[in-house]
Amino acid sequence: MDQPILLDETDRRIIRATQAGLPVVLRPYHAIAEKLGLTADEVMARIEDLIEFGIIRRIGVVPNHYKLGYTANGMTVWDVPDEQIDELGMQVGALDCVSHCYHRPRHLPQWPYNLFAMVHGRSREEVEAKAKTIAGLLGEHNRANLILYSTRILKKTGLRIGD
Amino acid sequence: MNDIDRAIINGLQGGFPVCERPYLAAAEKLGLSEEELIERLQCLLDNGTLSRFGPMYHAERLGGALSLVAMEIPAADFDRVAEQVNAFQEVAHNYARDHALNMWFVLATEKPERKDQILAEIERVTGYPAYDMPKLAEYFVGLRLEV
Repeated sequence: MDQPILLDETDRRIIRATQAGLPVVLRPYHAIAEKLGLTADEVMARIEDLIEFGIIRRIGVVPNHYKLGYTANGMTVWDVPDEQIDELGMQVGALDCVSHCYHRPRHLPQWPYNLFAMVHGRSREEVEAKAKTIAGLLGEHNRANLILYSTRILKKTGLRIGD
Repeated sequence: MNDIDRAIINGLQGGFPVCERPYLAAAEKLGLSEEELIERLQCLLDNGTLSRFGPMYHAERLGGALSLVAMEIPAADFDRVAEQVNAFQEVAHNYARDHALNMWFVLATEKPERKDQILAEIERVTGYPAYDMPKLAEYFVGLRLEV
């Protein structure tokens, strides 16, 4: 998992040309090909390979949570036993209300939490109700938990990768 | 938000086709015309309902490093530190959160070894420790936002 895959310069040019987005025109892959001096068939074949190798997770829209009324952005964090975290993480990640779920390291004593699950809601009440669902699922394995709300966006740019 | 916008947001979070006329193929699935989809999609991007449309890349598989970093910054220093942290182009998102660890940002570097250098640099410039929380395992990444 997460093995770097050998990309050549053409792959990287395609990545650079598409990481800000896909052109919203009739033939977007042709538009990219023209810009890069490649054939459309080559661009499409390489993009399909990038999907196949998991370098592209998916092609689609990224909704702006805030604009859609999902203004309560709660990072729920949980202290669960390391021995069970993979099994518990899979169960939490499978919940519909969880958009991202990760195992991350603790930083004791300030930070005892090792399971992170991002929950979006229209209100804090909605996020809290969803956190209760997670708590119910974790049961006795949940030794401590918190919900951290974002109070301000300090910076938001796309990831700059492939340069 | 009308039914077309809702169909686009709910139906196009993944699986956009790779072919000569992908908007045509996607529009057919959504029960729209190609022109309608292109026009509405551009509109949703322009008005900020969508923050992005296109391929989502898996940063680690491109050979880079990606991490979540937390800092504990006193209120009096918060804006100064936010500005210093945000000045690093490797910092992609930065959120203020309501906890003693009150600044949380995503760090993305092209080369894995750059991550520790940038973290050290952030600690030096700001004068505060930065707690590195890279993911050790991923259980789900996606979006199942229904509107």
